[in-house]
This record gives sequence, structure tokens and C-alpha cells, in this order.
Amino acid sequence: MNISQRRKIAVSAASVAALVVAAFAASIIGSTAVGLADIIALLTGGEIADTSRNILVNVRLPRVAAALLAGSALAVAGVIIQGVLDNPLASPNIIGINSGAGFFVLLAASLFPHLFWLPQIAAFIGALVSAAFIFAIAMGAKTSRLTVVLAGIAITAIFGAGMNTILIVDPAAYVASSTFLVGGFHSGTRFEQLIGPAITILPGVLLAIFFASKLNIMALGDQTAHSLGMHVARSRLLLLTLASFLAGAAVSIAGLLGFVGLIVPHLVRFFVGPDNRIVTPLSAIVGAMFVVACDMLARVMFAPYEIQVGIIMAFLGGPFFIYLILKNRRGLGGLNE
Amino acid sequence: MNRRSFHHPKWTPDYAAPAVQLDKLTFSYGKKEFVQEFSESFERGSITSIVGPNGCGKSTLVKLMDGLLRAQSGKALIEGVDTHIMTSRQRARRMAVLAQAARPPAMTVYDLVACGRYPYHGHQGRLNPEDKEKIEEAIALAGIERFRDHDLRQMSGGERQKAFIAMVLAQDTSVVVLDEPTTYLDIKACHDLMGLITRLNTEMGKTIIMVIHDLDLALRYSGRMLVMEKGSNVLHGSIEEILDSGALEKVFNMKIELHHSREGEAAHVLFPH
Repeated sequence: MNISQRRKIAVSAASVAALVVAAFAASIIGSTAVGLADIIALLTGGEIADTSRNILVNVRLPRVAAALLAGSALAVAGVIIQGVLDNPLASPNIIGINSGAGFFVLLAASLFPHLFWLPQIAAFIGALVSAAFIFAIAMGAKTSRLTVVLAGIAITAIFGAGMNTILIVDPAAYVASSTFLVGGFHSGTRFEQLIGPAITILPGVLLAIFFASKLNIMALGDQTAHSLGMHVARSRLLLLTLASFLAGAAVSIAGLLGFVGLIVPHLVRFFVGPDNRIVTPLSAIVGAMFVVACDMLARVMFAPYEIQVGIIMAFLGGPFFIYLILKNRRGLGGLNE
Repeated sequence: MNRRSFHHPKWTPDYAAPAVQLDKLTFSYGKKEFVQEFSESFERGSITSIVGPNGCGKSTLVKLMDGLLRAQSGKALIEGVDTHIMTSRQRARRMAVLAQAARPPAMTVYDLVACGRYPYHGHQGRLNPEDKEKIEEAIALAGIERFRDHDLRQMSGGERQKAFIAMVLAQDTSVVVLDEPTTYLDIKACHDLMGLITRLNTEMGKTIIMVIHDLDLALRYSGRMLVMEKGSNVLHGSIEEILDSGALEKVFNMKIELHHSREGEAAHVLFPH
């Protein structure tokens, strides 16, 4: 099956258009309506009512930006992890990054409940700590693919046990971090909080696109990649480090959203084939679009109640994913199966 | 010049040196020595089959040649330069290794062949006109033009192996090492593939070293043979020398006789004891 260049361009253009539409829609739609004209006025320095400006700058836009960042980071981390581990089931949560972040957030919420800014930092640290554990184990076992997956499962179990222990000893910790554990965004997100994640995610996504051809070489297996002049263990470590920084930064702003990293890369491969040089940038776009759109739905579907985006994502993404599986019986997405 | 210097020197091939030379290689996976003081050299422009019973260290030898494994002592030289002194890319421009068939990757034939150019370009994998030319040449020589846009996973084993050979060709090396290239192929595909491998030698002058299970194919298509047993070098020589020595009979515990068909075609027939 040949996926023509024209199709790749068409899919890319459609994704960018959908991303722009979703971002604008998410900025406008909400409990207080803001017009498209207001956004344009804000962006171009035109006249805008104070209430509209206030809503856009302090409520909507930071949240849209948070969703864009988290969505692209998780999707790209998913592409990398699936490629490096040669495992279509892999996603950031399978190598233990989510559970590490979750444990540290609960720990922070339990020990220092009054430090409202701490959980975000704790999430990032937790993600990196669990990644470091996995690397240490994998290095000891010469970074074979299976050891990384198995180490991830073990780390997930250990941190999961830690999380349950905290929840039993200090149930109040859950209240402070319920949105985090389900995965979602706060209305109170401010631009300042996004600076740290943004300076991790934006260069990280660019680096991932830059290294995407390495993922193609890795798909040939270790021996062939070595024969082609790749430093296999070093490249695997480099790419996994990149993926854990991306996932850690995403988790710190969006909580434990696991699904994006799994389904977005498959969705993209379904349309444009397995070449990572196109799958990586396109996953960044589609991941951002998907999370922004789902977050908008999460805000308005049951208004005045807001549900977490993680819930919407599972409700919408789950059935859609099953549809893709059934439609493409040869195996999803073009990874080896 | 056998230290790894800060800026990697461009090693110029030593044309007097053999294509591949193994110098007292000793390697063990665990405590027990698996390959012991193994010395051998493979001349330029030869086709050599490495044969031996299962588990005698044939594939290990291949991995030692291209530096995937590091010997506890001794060294492997490609065109006179130690495998571990060169950078991976420098090594990959001299020796291409076709690994044993594994799960086919999700890739088109063209994209696979393009991977052969990896040692020549940077991280981004942009193909320059020279790369494209080499890719086209490789696809043409392997005779797989009509499969260029096919998904490897949907191809027959024989055609897929030709695509891998084309990748190795695009790598543009003087030495090509193949580890069990005919595994899982039917008899017709085996002969097609061996024909193609022979052409890499006769038309392009590449040195071919292959690990091969099928003695019939090895006797038919290679000029030289290296017989191994339990990690040691039993005998290395021309096919005639090997047959005259009786080394194969001893190692594999079978009888080999030359037979002629009515049309006068000769073939070696193997009889189990």
C-alpha cells in the first residue's frame, strides 16, 4: 500500500486547519461567550471590552495554551516510546512516568497541603525520578527493549502501591489532587505556570522531529541499526530521555492523561503510514488539537458542571480507537505487531 | 594510530590488507569461552561461506566482525583498521551486515533501501541526489523496481530479502556480511537470492562473507569455505580443498559425493550417516 505524497500533504493541511479551528473555538466557547472579533482585536491590538479581555487573557487562553502544550508533548512522547520500544501498546504511562508523577503529587499534597504550587513541580520531578529508575535498570540490563517495558511495569506497581498507601493514610490528599489523578486542566491556570513546561516542551518536540529518522532506523532491529552505523544503546537512551522530559512536562500541567500518548500516534499512522519523519510532527499537531477539543467539550458538555478532560477523552477516544482497530485488521498504525 | 583520537581520523583503507582479518579473537558470553583465539582472514573479492553445526559460534563471529560484540581479547580488522577504532559511521561505510531475518519492519521497499544511506547523512535523513542515485541503482540491481512502494510486511519472503539486499547495496560498502540470508525461503527463492548475492561479487567486486546453514547452497555458490566447530576454526580454504580434506564429513557427520545428472550438471549430494 502506497501512501502518496499528496495524501500526506492533504492530511497535514487538514490537521493544521483543525488545530486552528479547535484553538479558536475553545477560546470563544464557554460559560461567558466571547466573540471571534474579540480575539482578533486582542491579537491585533484593537479595541476590546474589559470583561472579554479579562476572560481571554486570564481564563481561556492560558487553558488553551496548556492543552496545546500537553497534547503535543504527550503525543510526541508516545511516538518516541512506541518506536524505541517497538511496542504498539507503549505510551508514557507504560514506562512508569505517570505513576511516578502521581506518587510525588500525592506526597506533596499530603505533606505540604498549603503549598498550592508544589504539585506541579512534584509531578515533573516524579516523572523524571521514575524515568531515572528505569534507565538505571535498563542500563544494568543493556537497554534491551523488553527490560525497559518490564522495568516500567515494576516501577508502576511500586509507585502505585505508594499512591494507595498515601490515600489510605491521608485521604485529604486526594481532594487536593483529584483533577490531577484523572487528568485535566484547571480554570485557574495562569500563563506564568506554563513557562517552565513550555521551555521543556517546545524544544523537546522540535528535537523529536529532528531525531525522527533515528526511529525509522531503530524499527529495523538492533543488529541492523548497528550495522548502519547507529549507536543503538546510546540513541535509545537519548530518545527515552527526551520522551520522559516531554511526558513529565505534560503531566505537570495536565495530570495523568494516559490515552493521548497511546492513540494519537496510531491515529496518525492510520492516515499517513509508518514513516516517523511525518508521524512525529503530525502527532504533535493532532495531539494538541485533540486535547484542546476534548477540553472544550469537558467544559461545556455538562455546564455548569465541568468534568475532567481525561473522562471525555476516554469516552470519545475509546470507541474511536476500537473502530480503528476493527477497520484496520492487518494491525493498527503500521508498527510491527 | 590505534588510539581513538579526539577528532576522528578518516581512515584510508589499506589496500594490501585483507578485507576482514580476525586476530586471536576470544569471546565468551558467560564464564565459558565461546570463541577461542580465533584467527582468520578473508581476501578481497572472495565469496566465503561460514559453515558449522548449530551453536558453533558462526553468528557470534559476525557480531564480533562488525563490533556489535566486543571480544575479551584479540581484534577484528576491516581493511586493516580495528573495528573499535573507527566510529560507527566509518565502519558502516566499509562493512554492511544483513542480520538474520526478523519481523519485517513497517516500511515501504523504497524507505528500507533509503535506510542504507544512513551512514552518509546527518540526523534528519534528507536524501541528496547522490543518495537517490545509489538507491535507484540498488533497487535496479536487486530487480525489485515493481515493489518499490510495497509494504515489506505484505511481500513474500524472497522478495523481502531482495529488498534487504538492496538496502545493504545502497550502503555502498566493499564488504558485505550476510547472516543466514536464505532462512525461511523456498528453494526457488533461495537460488534467486544466491544468484543476486553472487552478482554483488562478480559485477561489483564486493567481498562476500556469509553464514549459511544449507551446505548445498554453500558448495554451489561460494568460492571459499570456513568450517567451524565449537568456536574454533577447523579449516578455511577453497571448496576443493575443503572437500578433499573431509572436514565437512567430520564436522557434520555425513558423507558427501559428487554426482552428475544426465545433462552433465554436477552437484554434491549429502548422505547422512
